[in-house]
Amino acid sequence: MTGHRISGGCVPYLPRGVRLHDDRVRGMRVLLAPERAMRLDPVGDAILSELDGKRSLAEVVLTLCQRYAAPAEQIEGDVQEFIRGLVDRRMVFLACAEGDAQQGCQDEG
Amino acid sequence: MKDEPIPRDIDGNPVRVGLPMAMLAELTHRCPLACPYCSNPVELTRVQSELTAAEWADVFRQAADLGVLQVHLSGGEPASRRDLAEIARSARDAGLYVNLITSGIGLTESRLRELDGVVDHMQLSLQGIDAEMADWISGYGGSFARKMQVAEWIGAIGFPLTLNAVVHRQNLDRLPEMIDLAERLGCRRIEVATVQFHGWADLNRRPLMPTMAQAARAREVVNAARQRLRGRMVIDYVPADHHAIYPKSCMGGWGSTGLNIAPDGTVLPCHAAQTITGLRFQTVREAPLAAIWRDGAAFNAFRGTAWLPEPCQSCDRREVDFGGCRCQAMAMAGDARATDPVCSRSGLNAQLRAEAEADATSDDTALVYRRMAKERRI
Repeated sequence: MTGHRISGGCVPYLPRGVRLHDDRVRGMRVLLAPERAMRLDPVGDAILSELDGKRSLAEVVLTLCQRYAAPAEQIEGDVQEFIRGLVDRRMVFLACAEGDAQQGCQDEG
Repeated sequence: MKDEPIPRDIDGNPVRVGLPMAMLAELTHRCPLACPYCSNPVELTRVQSELTAAEWADVFRQAADLGVLQVHLSGGEPASRRDLAEIARSARDAGLYVNLITSGIGLTESRLRELDGVVDHMQLSLQGIDAEMADWISGYGGSFARKMQVAEWIGAIGFPLTLNAVVHRQNLDRLPEMIDLAERLGCRRIEVATVQFHGWADLNRRPLMPTMAQAARAREVVNAARQRLRGRMVIDYVPADHHAIYPKSCMGGWGSTGLNIAPDGTVLPCHAAQTITGLRFQTVREAPLAAIWRDGAAFNAFRGTAWLPEPCQSCDRREVDFGGCRCQAMAMAGDARATDPVCSRSGLNAQLRAEAEADATSDDTALVYRRMAKERRI
């Protein structure tokens, strides 16, 4: 879960088969994926709820900074760590332009 | 509000009842394949007693109300049910994440298209890396070619795909090729599961038991592939019980997070639980799912850790593996309450290992295929 930093130009998105879900019985938000159900804390939920498949990682970080009035470095660090973990587990995909190519960065299919 | 009985384990100790996360729905025991390690019971349920699509829809709603998030539609071969699409849709409508576990046999491109937008994720079983191996193991000529065609359709429609490779002595040496195949098919995941020697597989221990050397090599292959494929494909690996030091925590703990519905609606803590004598299992036709989960004597029997015998009771892994698998204890020790004999701390472990090693060196390749009783050769 260390190392490779995701370029801010990459667009992170939830691929088909991975979705956010309201767990009404437990009263929490969860991320559902193949053979996995992950309980989300408010930070995780806030990050994933911003992924629309259009905006880049840098834009998502900017939106979160404005919404939570938090320092960019802190938000950037949280988002990088969280998204990288999910990319490694194939629960978030990245669409990256050629110049952004790096480990863990690829299109679906 | 009337007083509800306090749930108690097999010894009468009070137990805490949590919420189930996942449910395995065995829609049918019918299957065109005849894999000699099939996880279905040796006594298979007949088509006449299968739940109807309407009954399944009700079960899915009850399950979602109870806290289940994911349903695994399985069998037998779920595609053997003509009403599979209707059943899958009702699960999705109930708010569940729908996973289809299939051999691919019986699925056509048009049937797959009916499942588009309904099934969240596909799991396709793999019996071997080529027709020779896969058709021999599955007992079904042409199964491999058919399966590869289905995998192509799955990819074209865009379902996320996991390949489920079941491994044993006859095919474990070809694990690297299985991983390559999963990569070629664009899988996000591959599950590599060593045969569990219960039920049908127990009848095939001599041809199927892997050697220690094979298991060690498989571990190296998996570790190297995980490194190489990080961020591209996830590899879940289930090693052989017989080579472990400690048992697995079966189902994450009996009656803790998972449940299984048999084709006739019998509600089970795990798919093999009916091998345990002395427990009575209720069906969704006789009681609500929530009542069976909370108050069913079979579900409560082995909940928690208070009932555990020694050496488990004083073991520091008590809360890690809960004494292992009850069905394995039943099968090997003749007592479902015993320490799982695959644990190195079980008094039966030395004998179990010796038997596994003897089976692994057998040159027997005759398979006992899974069949309905009336079809089975005596």
